[in-house]
Amino acid sequence: MAEVAIMADRRPGRLSGFARWFRSDPRGAVSLTFLVALVAVSTLAPWVAPQSPTAQDFNAMMAPMSAEHWLGADDLGRDVLSRLIHGGMASLYASFLAVAVAVVIGVPVGLLAGYLGGWVDAVISRIIDSFLSFPAIVLAIAVTGALGIGLTNGMISVGIVFAPQLARLVRARTLVVRHELYVDSARCFGASTSRILWRHVLPNTIQPVIVQVTLLLAGALLAEASLSFLGLGIQPPNASWGAMLARAYQNMEIAPEQMYPPGLAILLTALAFNGLGESLRVALDPTMKRR
Amino acid sequence: MSLSSKSAVIGRRLVQAVPVLVLSTFIVFALLKLVPGDVAVTLAGDNASDARIAEIRHLYGLDQPFLVQYGAWLWKALHGDLSHSLLSSEAVVASIARCLPHTLLVVVLAMALALLIGIPLGIAAASRQDSWLDGLVMTIASLGVAVPNFWLGMLLVALFALDLNWLPATGAVSLSQSVGGALSHAILPACALAAGGIAEVARQLRSSLVEILHSQQVRTLHAKGLSPSAILWRHGLKNVSVNLLTVISLLFNRLLAATVVVEAVFAIPGMGGLIVNAAIHRDFPVVQGVVFVMVLIVVAINLVTDILYNLLDPRIA
Repeated sequence: MAEVAIMADRRPGRLSGFARWFRSDPRGAVSLTFLVALVAVSTLAPWVAPQSPTAQDFNAMMAPMSAEHWLGADDLGRDVLSRLIHGGMASLYASFLAVAVAVVIGVPVGLLAGYLGGWVDAVISRIIDSFLSFPAIVLAIAVTGALGIGLTNGMISVGIVFAPQLARLVRARTLVVRHELYVDSARCFGASTSRILWRHVLPNTIQPVIVQVTLLLAGALLAEASLSFLGLGIQPPNASWGAMLARAYQNMEIAPEQMYPPGLAILLTALAFNGLGESLRVALDPTMKRR
Repeated sequence: MSLSSKSAVIGRRLVQAVPVLVLSTFIVFALLKLVPGDVAVTLAGDNASDARIAEIRHLYGLDQPFLVQYGAWLWKALHGDLSHSLLSSEAVVASIARCLPHTLLVVVLAMALALLIGIPLGIAAASRQDSWLDGLVMTIASLGVAVPNFWLGMLLVALFALDLNWLPATGAVSLSQSVGGALSHAILPACALAAGGIAEVARQLRSSLVEILHSQQVRTLHAKGLSPSAILWRHGLKNVSVNLLTVISLLFNRLLAATVVVEAVFAIPGMGGLIVNAAIHRDFPVVQGVVFVMVLIVVAINLVTDILYNLLDPRIA
């Protein structure tokens, strides 16, 4: 804590501040490194993956690990490592899409409720409470069923389900910020409501949002895996980690080792998102920085 | 607290639950509005005759204003009529009555495991803050939050059912048929489900205990010469027991969601299988019925914990 305070006092360049954080917080550093590597590998999937994720090699069905298939091959003779890399792209895309939807809906709603107050706040807060009383995945399944099955629709549903969590967080922060002196003075100078919200309130609510978004990414990743596992997400022959687990489940009695690569990939990535989120919570905590 | 103020608290909470109940049932009903295109055509399925489409339009009152439709639907739902499945034409209430016990058994068992394991872990971690034990508990908690519980279920099946042959891999037996059979089928899914719950309970309990153990009040008790264990058991736990209620109601919501996926792994004929199958086949009365019942359960649990919370903690009321 003391270290962070001193760091903020001296106001060093952003880069050296980042370097110091990187060295002082091993968990955050490992998480961030893992995620950066994962995003890089997934984005470059077509070039990095040794084989096509959908190419079937009937001589390699259920093949164990080998020089040709590093992680073996699945029941249709498809290279597991290649599917894992391509599946990572799908799973990450899905997670970012869901969280983006949640931010686009949740942040403005939370800002308006917190800033306007009164009956607007009362109505929005009741709506948020109502959404939060749904078991998340159950509502996402129902919304996906209505919109039509598929990865994009599934993750839009997850985003809708996550939005109230962000809205509640932003509302609570806005309630604190809107009575700060700098907001009052902006109002006195005749700034419009939208300008006050955009220039003064939003920047001061953003730090907890960043933390929550990182944690929600882990939730979205698990939600994608669940939906695809249930057959409501990505459709075959495309790979996502959840869909790979569904396939492995079908063949569990013959080839139980098929469930390890995708399961571990989900676990490690969710751990990394959560680890980064917790580190950011400490690093960005405004009470630690300002005082 | 006097009896009249107790009933006042309960009455106030009941009244406050009404808008949430109305809004959430409205959301359930409004799900139909998300269906692209003409709902009646979509609901009737492929190659439906015009007569069938007209019948469905009438059945759902789709020719009437939306709020009227909602009112009629809610009125029937509150009287135990959730319409019929489009696929099997079984009454939705009957399907739910058949499936819900299997789901509840797993959820309640998972909740018990989460509390039985999570509470001691949380207390142990908080009482030895920053020790290796604390580190171990926090590591378990991080893993428990991040692990996909259906994958954990698959690992459990592979180990305990397929390799060791100790427990049945899939299926479910109802409690009324055989208590032993029901429990032996429910224990693996409950374990898979409980991982996240154990993590949640341990984490929350640890952080609220740590906060109290660092408070002024506890510092005074230290200064007065009270032993650390007496402080922990007599003052610390008394103060966090209220927080635990909040965790339980949150956890119930989470478990109810997670069980939907875990049920698929263990082929349990519960609410999860019911809603997933209905969502895939766009059997909307069933989807709405399942979500409706689940929301009712969550709202009821929130209400009960809320009232207990108010009664237990005089500072709030």
